Amino acid sequence: MSSLPILSLAIWVPVFAGVLVLLTGDDKHASSARWIALLGSLIAFAVTIPLYTGFNFADGGFQFQEGYNWIPTFNIHYHLGVDGIAVPLILLTSFTTVLVVIAAWEVIQKRVAQYMAAFLIMSGLMIGVFSALDAILYYVYWEAMLIPMFLVIGVWGGPNRVYATIKFFLYTLLGSLLMLVAFIYLFYQTNSFEVVDYYRLPMTLPVQILVFLAFFMAFAVKIPMWPVHTWLPDAHVEAPTGGSVVLAAIALKLGGYSFLRFAMPIAPDAAHYLSGFMITLSLIAVVYIALVALVQQDMKKLIAYSSISHMGFVTLGFFIFNSIGLEGAVVQMISHGFISSAMFLSVGVLYDRMHSRQIADYGGVVNTMPKFAAFAVLFAMANAGLPGTSGFVGEFMVILGALQKNFWFAFLASTTLILGAAYTLWMVKRVFFGEIANVHVDELLDINRRELLILGTLAILVIGFGVYPQPITEMTHATVAQFLDHMAITKLPAGI
Amino acid sequence: MNGLQTDLIAALPEIFVLSMAMIILLADLFIKPANRIILFLLAQITLLGAAFITIATHTPSVTYAFSGMFVDDPFADVTKLMIYLSTSLMLVYTRQYITLRGMYRGEFYALVLFAMAGMMVMVSGQHFLTLYMGLELLSLCLYALVALDRDNARATEAAMKYFVLGALASGMLLYGISMMYGATGSLNISEVASALLNGSQDKPVLVLGTVFIVAGLAFKLGAVPFQMWVPDVYEGSPTAITLFIGSVTKLAAFAFVIRILAQGLFVLAIDWQGMLMIMAVLSIIIGNITAIAQTNLKRMFAYSTISHVGFLLFGLMSASLNGYISSMFYIVAYALMSLAGFGMILLLSRKGFEAEELVDLKGLNQRSPWFAFLMLITMFSMAGVPPTLGFYAKFAVLQAALQAGFLWLVVFAVLMAVIGAFYYLRIVKLMYFDEPADHSPIINPPEMNMLLSVNALGLLFLGIMPQRLMDICAYAIAHSLQ
Repeated sequence: MSSLPILSLAIWVPVFAGVLVLLTGDDKHASSARWIALLGSLIAFAVTIPLYTGFNFADGGFQFQEGYNWIPTFNIHYHLGVDGIAVPLILLTSFTTVLVVIAAWEVIQKRVAQYMAAFLIMSGLMIGVFSALDAILYYVYWEAMLIPMFLVIGVWGGPNRVYATIKFFLYTLLGSLLMLVAFIYLFYQTNSFEVVDYYRLPMTLPVQILVFLAFFMAFAVKIPMWPVHTWLPDAHVEAPTGGSVVLAAIALKLGGYSFLRFAMPIAPDAAHYLSGFMITLSLIAVVYIALVALVQQDMKKLIAYSSISHMGFVTLGFFIFNSIGLEGAVVQMISHGFISSAMFLSVGVLYDRMHSRQIADYGGVVNTMPKFAAFAVLFAMANAGLPGTSGFVGEFMVILGALQKNFWFAFLASTTLILGAAYTLWMVKRVFFGEIANVHVDELLDINRRELLILGTLAILVIGFGVYPQPITEMTHATVAQFLDHMAITKLPAGI
Repeated sequence: MNGLQTDLIAALPEIFVLSMAMIILLADLFIKPANRIILFLLAQITLLGAAFITIATHTPSVTYAFSGMFVDDPFADVTKLMIYLSTSLMLVYTRQYITLRGMYRGEFYALVLFAMAGMMVMVSGQHFLTLYMGLELLSLCLYALVALDRDNARATEAAMKYFVLGALASGMLLYGISMMYGATGSLNISEVASALLNGSQDKPVLVLGTVFIVAGLAFKLGAVPFQMWVPDVYEGSPTAITLFIGSVTKLAAFAFVIRILAQGLFVLAIDWQGMLMIMAVLSIIIGNITAIAQTNLKRMFAYSTISHVGFLLFGLMSASLNGYISSMFYIVAYALMSLAGFGMILLLSRKGFEAEELVDLKGLNQRSPWFAFLMLITMFSMAGVPPTLGFYAKFAVLQAALQAGFLWLVVFAVLMAVIGAFYYLRIVKLMYFDEPADHSPIINPPEMNMLLSVNALGLLFLGIMPQRLMDICAYAIAHSLQ
């Protein structure tokens, strides 16, 4: 164990780097902004590595804790700490930020410093969400993260960006304000904003249900679950590539992670009571949204719906309450982080050349971009859950977990293997194979070294975790066991 | 002799400000127009001197003066210091604006200082008549200030409206006060409070009196259904004066409410709580929803003020120490946000051009990324998004209301806050997502640029480190209210 405040560094190094990048000013100094951003994101990634190397795999509790008094009036602390579920997500965040910076290198030409700074600051804030153990600290990071994302979509986004970004902001704000009310309520029950104090607070079932629903509003919007998912396709379609990557790879996981950190352990009886409801919503997302994805004309929209469908697996894994399902859900979150980044970056590669995301504008891309097509097919397979890729591991574990609970849950969930393959491969077929569709496709140039680097790294990770997912499962194992033990004990006051 | 000395020391800041206001009025006669900067500096020296006196004579105890008509307690001292600070910022922000519009005259500074003296009396009054006197001194100066640009038809109209409605409100307030006097036999706040504690008065008279007093106060605060003057006056007044009305005077109005409701009529809390609740709910609904429809920035801020007043009433209606501390925190935060917001309008204005339409903010990020960033902080702070001061302000009043048991009202308020976020986001949208329509350079005195930056960054800094400000508010309230 190191004595350095690693979590604070993980949060504040990228934020500080972002401020430095902003100081480079206007686009006359764009190249220095790019290099500072790259250096900052690499240092920020390096800072998070000790979280893995120094992690005690046998301990399911919070590690790397830091605590200071922050606002004594309300007993608010600057309290950080991570467990086996948060660490993989933090590593994913800092890693994705590096990719986003590299992916934007030549693509973003307008207000470069602001773009890079927004992503760096956002990365720090999201790591803050994953590591905060004080409710208000968590809330501050959770909300503050909306501001850079709002600007990223609004400034660098597509034609309908204003609608999309305001919808994104208001949707998320609505949910999170209800969560704030729940926090204040819990504060008056425990006189504390410490998450662990909430874990110990006994509450009657109706109160637990209200608290759970308040959290549900915040997290279901973020994940997003059906039927509050409608902001996501809009936001994804309009966002620049980097924005889509961060949204899909990390922002959605904030919601998933928060269910495990707040909603479920604080109100375990309500979680059990409402599990049927949650499983139903998850299965609707898995099946219905997959069908919706099938008919999309826009590649980004298709991937956005596919994300919602995959996140349905995550929530399904949470609410079947067994260890294989829950571990599968965590693996699925990480794996989806890589695969969705890769898919959005692939669309970005095409969009940068053709300025179109419509499937109909493509056809026969494999003839002009063979290297790129190889990567794209690999990622599409992973998205469809092909064994040997990381996409398979999480889905398979969740299906196994669901099978222990109820055959029909597992049956419905496994339709995704067909539907996912159908919409992904059909898109790949229309875009990459067949005759060269038009002169624009004929003029396409294959990926350059920068793009090769990004897609290659992701390909290695997707296959690597597909063949050997141990690093993630080992890390989460103790935490998941402890979580399920906690969930098994009722918090209803004695005698009721 | 000793008694008189205590009296004078307690009121020393007021005496100093009034004397300096008169000196400025006289000095104006002998100063050439080219040297008017001296008046500006004299006014700033006055504020500095008053702050110095207030701090030097500060004690953590409550001192009554002039036979209990006047009080010098920590609440008064802290509020006065906030008033000096915001007036001083206001004078810096407005100097270029009033110069370009022919209002850069001695009267401006004298009126501002007289108005400030009125506010100080409102803050320190311990007697209904002292409070009323302070209020009228403030109001009369404000009417004159609004109409100072006398060739401006819109400003004259605004002044007229402000005067007529303000006089009506004062009338209601006086009528309520007279009923209180009839019921309790005293006009002294502490005596009224102790008479009410005995509880031998005629209940209907008390309730009727409370209704009139609350209506008068609501008028001055601009809470629904007594809000109709706010948008017109905000829009019609020269922006320099809107800034003054929209930020500094709210501090005094808040102190006025605390003196009357929390100190004088706390026994009747059960009666005025219900009224405040209705006004809070209506203010938040009408303020937020109407603000969406505005195209004029000043009008939009006016409606946003109404909704902020609604949130302020949320804290007050809890009628607890926690509630008063939270609402004091809220009003201080609001004053700072409002100064930054109106400061930005002044910053973008130039000769013959008022940057008061929403579209005037278009593409500000391309014209000046720094000022766009400052406005961004201010807008998110007004919307109550962390990590800004506005978040803790909302957090404080909501937790106070929740502690008092108003769970569903709090849920309602946060839903409305989402609607409120929309029109603040629209400003961010105009600044960041749109192309500029106007490419004129933004030229302002360096001290204004600097102070505005400090002001807006302060919203961010206090959003990260709010403890100190919370402590100050808690200290002021806890040492002054029993």
